[in-house]
Amino acid sequence: MIQKKANLEAVEKFADHLEVEGRSLWQDAYGRFIRNKAAMTSLIILTLVVLAVIFGPLLSQFAYDDTDWYAISIPPSFANGHYFGTDSLGRDLFVRTLIGGRISLMVGILGAVVAVIIGTLYGATSGFMGGRVDRIMMRLLEILYSIPFMFFVIVLVTFFGRHIILIFVAIGAISWLDMARIVRGQTLSLRGKEFIEAAYVCGVNKKTIVVRHIVPNVLGIVAVYSTLLIPSMILTESFLSFLGLGVQEPMTSWGALLQDGAGSMEVAIWQLLFPAFFMVVTLFCFNYVGDGLRDALDPKDR
Amino acid sequence: MLKFILKRVLEAIPTLLILITISFFLMRFAPGNPFSSERGLPPEVMQNINAKYGLDKPVLDQYVTYLGNILQGDFGPSFKYKDFTVNQLVAAALPVSATIGFCAFIFTIILGVAVGTIAALKQNTWVDYTIMSTAMLGVVMPSFVLAPVLIYIFCIYFDWLPAGGWHGGGWQYIILPMIGMSLLYVATFARITRGSMIETLNSNYIRTARAKGLSYPYIIMKHALKPAMLPIVSYMGPAFVGIITGSVVIETIFGLPGIGKLFVNAAFNRDYSLVLGITIMIGALTIFFNAVVDILLAYIDPKIRF
Repeated sequence: MIQKKANLEAVEKFADHLEVEGRSLWQDAYGRFIRNKAAMTSLIILTLVVLAVIFGPLLSQFAYDDTDWYAISIPPSFANGHYFGTDSLGRDLFVRTLIGGRISLMVGILGAVVAVIIGTLYGATSGFMGGRVDRIMMRLLEILYSIPFMFFVIVLVTFFGRHIILIFVAIGAISWLDMARIVRGQTLSLRGKEFIEAAYVCGVNKKTIVVRHIVPNVLGIVAVYSTLLIPSMILTESFLSFLGLGVQEPMTSWGALLQDGAGSMEVAIWQLLFPAFFMVVTLFCFNYVGDGLRDALDPKDR
Repeated sequence: MLKFILKRVLEAIPTLLILITISFFLMRFAPGNPFSSERGLPPEVMQNINAKYGLDKPVLDQYVTYLGNILQGDFGPSFKYKDFTVNQLVAAALPVSATIGFCAFIFTIILGVAVGTIAALKQNTWVDYTIMSTAMLGVVMPSFVLAPVLIYIFCIYFDWLPAGGWHGGGWQYIILPMIGMSLLYVATFARITRGSMIETLNSNYIRTARAKGLSYPYIIMKHALKPAMLPIVSYMGPAFVGIITGSVVIETIFGLPGIGKLFVNAAFNRDYSLVLGITIMIGALTIFFNAVVDILLAYIDPKIRF
């Protein structure tokens, strides 16, 4: 019998001592991500690339569209300030690679944001509503799936003009389908989970269940998928640039630079090498960060 | 099973109809037309041209006529290549894309699944890391960089293979485009196979099989491969259509007269009927192969049927 006040206090103290500090899902994930060497290295490299792309052009004495008539298609050299050499019009490749990186990263990130917003809203709505609404929304998705979207983008861009905003929207609008499917699937499976039922039984209201329990769990998948979306966006933009439908001269992007560089590979390998290096490294890093995030947020899949 | 197939096929029809409708109206409401040139045609000539292609009628009438023609397999005349119908142009280009695509698809599946399985079996060893980094490189390397590099190595440096052209489809003209086209898909298949193989190998019934003392190769062939195939099969549909309809980039670089190139040229020329015809055809192929994949999945995994 613990009736005396002193005893009660002692027990409480002991209980306080025993209580382990709870760790949230995000703290756990953070810890796992920090310990993932490949992902952390990639994240650091990505940060460096982003910084270089933002501040790098300030370090050079050339502008991205300036023609240096005394240095046309010259290899890299430190003496004259063309660190990466020049292209066939005498424009400094160092500045162009970094400026092109700005455009490519912007297309990638903005496109991913468009896709994530549309996809998450659509998927979550479909999953929560269930029943007939869900069925109709999924049918619509299937129809959209069957449309050859790359073809639609080409048609849109050739018919309605080659504006960079249109490219963002077009690329973003074709990539939300997978996102919607994933989010819906996740929402559906979460609805039937025990911890949701437990919360329900405890009398937590629906909105709180959604905000506290469902959204954080879906967010993980969304975060993972959007890091994997960015590289595919960049690739799509480069594909459009290859067809001459992407960014227009004298503006440039990694895709456009690669397209130029691949043409003059035999005589001026540096024109292909530097943009290719930047692009491949960036895409690599995005993929590794995405994989790392997935491992961190969903350890059972490792 | 028969009921499932029938249901799946019937479901595809409205999808196809909606696809045709969207493409048709998008094309009709796009600004500009194939006959508008910088100089401008005299209005009388324009009128005659419009009358010839039925463009002077109300859009809805045009739509109904178009649907009727498609039902009879007639996609109308090309706007740009005056003496050809869309059917003829597609019939000339499709075999090229399909031949290379088919070879590339077989190559992709065999190599992708094999490499992915090996990576899964050697999980977290240097073999796994090497295979998966190479696969990652395949994913991030754009084909318009890869293809010129391939040409440089095999055609210019070693002089083993021709750098492009079709010439009726001799094997030496197929190899490089096939490799250039399939590497992205090989990489993707390898990643999917590895993931699903690892998951399958960790499941309880594989442990039971091993506890029974069955040999490892037997377990993989007999117990692991079929369930591990599920995600691979579901990716096969889109991959197959993507490959078979040809990559625009690969066809441009290797100078192949395929569907992808035909389509891009048609879009540049604003050849509406050709663009429309190819879009509908590829859409129909996509729908068809998605249905085939669904039926295959239902065959492999009875859970889906019910």
